[in-house]
Amino acid sequence: MFIKEYFKDIFSAIKSLLVGMRRTGYYFTHHKEIITQQYPDNRLELNLPERFRGEVVMTHDEVNEHACTGCSACELACPNGTIKIINKFDISPEGKKKKAIDTFVYHLELCTMCGLCVEACPTDAIKMANTFEHSVYTRGQLTKQLNKPDSKLRAGVE
Amino acid sequence: MVEEIGKTVEGDLVINVGPQHPATHGVLHLVITLNGETIKKVEPHLGYIHRSIEKMCESLSYRQFIYTTSRMDYLSAHINNHACALCVEKGLQIEVPERAQVIRVLMDELTRIASHELWWGAMAMDLGAFTPFFHAFRERETINDIMEETCGARLTMNYMVPGGVMADLHPNFQSRVKNFLQLYKSKIHEYDELVTGNIIFQNRMKGVGYLSAEDAISYGVTGPAGRGSGVSCDVRKLYPYEIYSKLQFDEVLETAGDSFARYMVRLREMQQSIRIVEQLIDNIPDGEYQAKTKAVLKLPKGEFYQRVETARGELGVYIVSEGGTTPYRIKFRSPGFSNLSALDHMTRGEKLGDLVASMGTLDLVIPDIDR
Repeated sequence: MFIKEYFKDIFSAIKSLLVGMRRTGYYFTHHKEIITQQYPDNRLELNLPERFRGEVVMTHDEVNEHACTGCSACELACPNGTIKIINKFDISPEGKKKKAIDTFVYHLELCTMCGLCVEACPTDAIKMANTFEHSVYTRGQLTKQLNKPDSKLRAGVE
Repeated sequence: MVEEIGKTVEGDLVINVGPQHPATHGVLHLVITLNGETIKKVEPHLGYIHRSIEKMCESLSYRQFIYTTSRMDYLSAHINNHACALCVEKGLQIEVPERAQVIRVLMDELTRIASHELWWGAMAMDLGAFTPFFHAFRERETINDIMEETCGARLTMNYMVPGGVMADLHPNFQSRVKNFLQLYKSKIHEYDELVTGNIIFQNRMKGVGYLSAEDAISYGVTGPAGRGSGVSCDVRKLYPYEIYSKLQFDEVLETAGDSFARYMVRLREMQQSIRIVEQLIDNIPDGEYQAKTKAVLKLPKGEFYQRVETARGELGVYIVSEGGTTPYRIKFRSPGFSNLSALDHMTRGEKLGDLVASMGTLDLVIPDIDR
């Protein structure tokens, strides 16, 4: 009786092993079912979803105007102190003082891509871009100025 | 000679597994006392990945602190965020729109499937089988793509906000989830062929790492590990939150209490999650995805507690508020911590080779334990 059980065990073990091996063999011979992507080679056809959070950018239109009023809502919403807004005062032709941004400092090295700044922005001035290759040689390169040089606040945005 | 289990005597071998070890799923350090090949004591040393998330949360506002919890149990990030959002909503008494509730539950269940998928692959890898890992990742990748499209990130989503969810579902969401369900159903038989039915696998799992129901309760073991011992501890059934009380699903229970029971609980739990997703995917109600909330959230003075069922067990969020914009104290009751505490009891008197197998069935995520 014992010997019968013993050989039965061995037989069922080999059978279960073969069932598993058949599955492995199936994928060995069916190359079309393999879904692995060769990353650095497929860079050109790599399409990331538009919502993917890669870094914060400020949108500028063709005439180099943005929608940032310098209200600091994003600065307050950020949990890590990633954003620092330096404001200046423009003097309009009528002699009135008007607040505008001088520099929108963005520390990419502190950013966790939580998206809270974009949520908080009342004028949709900033958004998340889907670039993701951020490696640079020095840490200083990660501190960015988001507003382009000589850019202005779009008319009508309060 | 009377063997004293749990006491180091001369001639015992003390070895260190970890903190850098592929089988510990992170930086867990186990000090193991051995008598020959038999385990006398397992002492987990924690703190290698402690980031003081609880203390950090005290200086963040109620909107900001949620993102840190994605870094605790990174495999069920959605469910962690969900617990925090629910707790804040409880304090503020916000009514969450029905659409947001359905989206949240859908995301939770997809996360649970993805988490169990990864566990299944890692579990087989703990036992020396390498191929299942890639099979598991194929299905998991589909879920990650769905998450990426709707939430904007693959692991640390930060999608749940107090009052609802951050953005509406992506237009492709429904069709992609249906594709996933189809893919999953066409591939599920491979799991049994490759691993579950394998006699070598079964012999290594059955009767190993036994944990009785009484011990599971006294150690506070929850989630699939507790249900493998026959303890009914599914928070979704016992203390339903969101719309779980209206859904049709079973609480998976196994009574054997060994490693194989815990394995089967997780496999069957994936089926239940699929069932929940199938019920909801065609019935997402229209409406708002986020309730109107104030720009600055202030919880009233008091203490708030909310528990949810993550892929690993019961996660509790405890907030003490002094009435300000930041919490006075936040405490997380993480499932991994309690589950790990039972490891010593489970593996005493067993062979060293079975330690990793028993540990794998607990599904430990070390950042969740250390926080």
